[in-house]
Amino acid sequence: MIGQSPIRIGIAHIVLILGIVVVAFPIYYTFVASTHSLQTILRPPLPLVPGDRFFENYWTALFGGVGRIGGVSVGTLLLNTTVMALGIAVGKIVISILSAYAIVFFRFPLRMMFFWLIFITLMLPVEVRILPTYKVMVDFGLIDTYAGLTLPLMASATATLLFRQFFLTIPGELVEAARVDGAGPWRFFKDILLPLSKTNIAALFVILFIYGWTQYLWPLLVTNRNDMGTIVIALKKMISFADADTEWHLVMVTSILAIVPPILVVLFMQRWFVKGLVETEK
Amino acid sequence: MKFQGLAAGAAAAFTLLSTSSAFAVTEISWWHAMTGANNEVVEQLSKEFNESQGDYKIVPVFKGTYPETLNAGIAAFRAKQPPAIMQVFDVGTGVMMAAEGAVKPVAEILSMGGGTFDKSQYLPGIVAYYSKPDGTMLSFPYNSSSPILYYNKDIFEKAGLDVNNPPKTWPEVWEAARKIKTSGAASCGYTSTWLTWIHLENFASWNDLQYATHENGLADTNVELKFNSPIFVKHFQEIADLAKDGVFRYGGRTSEAKQIFLAGECGIFTESSGGLGDIVKSGMNYGIGQLPYEPDAKGAPQNTTPGGASLWVFGGKSDEEYKGVAEFFKFLSKTDIQARLHQVSGYLPVTLAAYEETKKSGFYDKNPGRETPILQMMGKAPTENSKGVRLVNLPQVRDIQNEEFEKMLAGEQTAQQALDNAVQRGNAAIQQALGN
Amino acid sequence: MGRRQEDIGSGGSSLSPRVIFPNKILPYLLVAPQLAITAVFFYWPASQALYQSMLREDPFGLNSKFVWFDNFARVLADPNYLNSVRVTAVFSLATAFVAMAVALLLAVMADKVVRGRGIYRTLMIWPYAVAPAIAGMLWLFLFNPSIGSLAYMLRWLGINWDPLLNGPQAMVLVVAAAAWKQISYNFLFFVAGLQAIPRTLIEAAAIDGAGETKRFWTIVFPLLAPTTFFLLVINTTYAFFDTFGIIHAVTGGGPGKATETLVYKVYNDGFVNLILGDSAAQSVILMVIVIALTAFQFRFVERKVHYG
Repeated sequence: MIGQSPIRIGIAHIVLILGIVVVAFPIYYTFVASTHSLQTILRPPLPLVPGDRFFENYWTALFGGVGRIGGVSVGTLLLNTTVMALGIAVGKIVISILSAYAIVFFRFPLRMMFFWLIFITLMLPVEVRILPTYKVMVDFGLIDTYAGLTLPLMASATATLLFRQFFLTIPGELVEAARVDGAGPWRFFKDILLPLSKTNIAALFVILFIYGWTQYLWPLLVTNRNDMGTIVIALKKMISFADADTEWHLVMVTSILAIVPPILVVLFMQRWFVKGLVETEK
Repeated sequence: MKFQGLAAGAAAAFTLLSTSSAFAVTEISWWHAMTGANNEVVEQLSKEFNESQGDYKIVPVFKGTYPETLNAGIAAFRAKQPPAIMQVFDVGTGVMMAAEGAVKPVAEILSMGGGTFDKSQYLPGIVAYYSKPDGTMLSFPYNSSSPILYYNKDIFEKAGLDVNNPPKTWPEVWEAARKIKTSGAASCGYTSTWLTWIHLENFASWNDLQYATHENGLADTNVELKFNSPIFVKHFQEIADLAKDGVFRYGGRTSEAKQIFLAGECGIFTESSGGLGDIVKSGMNYGIGQLPYEPDAKGAPQNTTPGGASLWVFGGKSDEEYKGVAEFFKFLSKTDIQARLHQVSGYLPVTLAAYEETKKSGFYDKNPGRETPILQMMGKAPTENSKGVRLVNLPQVRDIQNEEFEKMLAGEQTAQQALDNAVQRGNAAIQQALGN
Repeated sequence: MGRRQEDIGSGGSSLSPRVIFPNKILPYLLVAPQLAITAVFFYWPASQALYQSMLREDPFGLNSKFVWFDNFARVLADPNYLNSVRVTAVFSLATAFVAMAVALLLAVMADKVVRGRGIYRTLMIWPYAVAPAIAGMLWLFLFNPSIGSLAYMLRWLGINWDPLLNGPQAMVLVVAAAAWKQISYNFLFFVAGLQAIPRTLIEAAAIDGAGETKRFWTIVFPLLAPTTFFLLVINTTYAFFDTFGIIHAVTGGGPGKATETLVYKVYNDGFVNLILGDSAAQSVILMVIVIALTAFQFRFVERKVHYG
């Protein structure tokens, strides 16, 4: 470690704290709102400090509010959302790391064409191709299935691109050494590439899990049964800007509940980051 | 490839699971866009209907916002798996009517179930909006609302205005609003949600003015917009002038301005009658008045037109399903159901009987103001200017109007220019949508 | 064609590891799953969208007419479309720059501190977990000119804050919102990238007497280039495609058409106004623009990228 002057460290802390204030403030504010009464929320501006309704609001939301409006229990909603988020994250990482491996470490006809074929999928969001994609879902009988919830969202190039970028930085000597040792492509992949990619996989997992967790339009379209719904859909169901009264305090509680699981994922993945850091300390 | 096989297997398993359950009862899916308290009403009604008989089961499915629901319905129709019933917002009415092969008129369905369909039981102002030029009712009005005036009594008192006497005409509103601002009772006098719906569409019907040719599009789709006549220009110039002085505050294109009113920043507010719930719950000392009218207009006040949504039935379903839909609509039309819907949700009752029933129960004596939107709608028989506005691309025309209003309110153009531009661009967009 | 793309994609042989595995079948098996999913859930629907861009039809598809390139001609002749191109250029550049610069600054700072590193990182990432559906609501409560708490602060500072009617202010607002959402993402990858840089290199430079700023620009930043390049591509496509939700919630494209970007127009014309042909034609044009832009990035930016 290079010696850092205390002043520089101090500046770093200040910058970070400022950054966190900017980035995390909306979440704090949601939490603040979740501890106030409906009346306080309805008469803006909302105070900047938490109110005294914490237990009351959370109790009501957990044992009635969300389930009443979502149509199914909070547990089912969270389960569906977890399956969807995990499915997308794991599925996308697996298919992407394999294809990036092939594109970087092998030479074969049509290689770059494959790369571009995959890469272009960055360029067209679901909303734009919604009618035809929906029709594919119906034709395959994937409405109201977990496969329908996850597969189409795996068709994107971000992860492949990231792994490609990372693999390109791996020194050629490493591959050479592996081959001299008599390691085949699979052993190289398993013993060298995967451990090296740990930090990147962890970062991607966080991003993709959250991506899957926060999906709204797609699950809305491909599910017709309440018990296949996700927490975000249930949340959206609770919010009405026009024409109906909304129990904003319960909405805020649900928002907080909806971001707890992704936060747990981040916390858990931290350990991978740190581990990667310790092991690669060169 | 293993992964693919796995996914296909999982898919097959889920399909099996989902299709094996329904046998004796006919399931009828109802796609809707109801959120918040209104969503609970939808669930409750379906449950009651399902428990009231054993042949049909209504399955309500939330499909997002109104545009999202409409898109989901269209996607499903194109994939040949539409729901039986779909809720479509008022401005989507033109789109649905143009899709004649896709939908089945509600009038036809209601007479199919063996019973007779008597249109006169329904509120005329609402039925007219959801009917074909020949009078055939195409969709079932579910939630209808109408714009009314709200005012903050505390602010009125501080400004020295009569707390029990809200302004009735637009000049009176402007005067009161200026007084609120100059007296310092509040930082702004007047604000409004939905400028397009309230200040153009309802301004036209309430003052019996022409918005567009062919009965504002109800009689024919090939219409020409007319809302740049002098009386509209005068009205909008007045709003622009108030905005310049800070007396009128712009809140946004849809319902955002409600927050300004709730925050106690503005004293007077025009908004849908459906917006009452939040205002009541905020604990504000509020009052309600009729939508203001323009005294210079000859027939004013005429009648207001509904906003909200109606239920459309897709074509190509089995007779069994249509019978179920008919049963469900009859259930919804029942007086006690309608009366309850009206009293709980703040939407207008669809049938006259429900209105009478509510009146008899003394509900309006306890909740003054809840009758206001109904009286506005029923006061006079609709004229050819006041049945509502129907365009094949009303959402797009509203976008255009909003853009021009924003430029006007920012002081970049006069009301005359704004309305002329909106008419010209709107007409071009209509012609394009018609494929001419 | 294949030859040329090979050059663009790999940037010549110098960029990829020289040693490769000789195997005829394995690589095809490796790319097969992704290709299969991409073909079924992307290319097939996308080809339908391409077909649709040459149709004039009603939303329900009851009447349709094949019109070749009429939709494209009309879209390109529309002055509003050109306005959107301008808006998009400003918006995308500003968003990508702000989101990446702020994230890089924070990541470098986070890499520096030892105490509390984990906490900083956690706090920095979880805002990303906010679903856009909730984010829209938060924007209303926070930044709405009339009721938002932040709007109060700005007005208290003497700024006439009214993005509902003031175009440039509206642009600032959507850029801030869009960049805010992306900071966590960029931060995460910059942190991962920084960790991959061998400490020995930096320490060697420190021993040579290079100051901290110099060390950053001569060693850290170049070594971070693959990550930066990845993020550049991601942020550009993000700004182009994934921001209509934010614009929809914050300004609705207004005031006037001051914040109507290309993708917002695609969404609004197709999804709200149901003009499917025009919307499809616009998305095809958009795709061509972004593919060209990306190919440009690969050809000219990636060549300068230093792969360890």
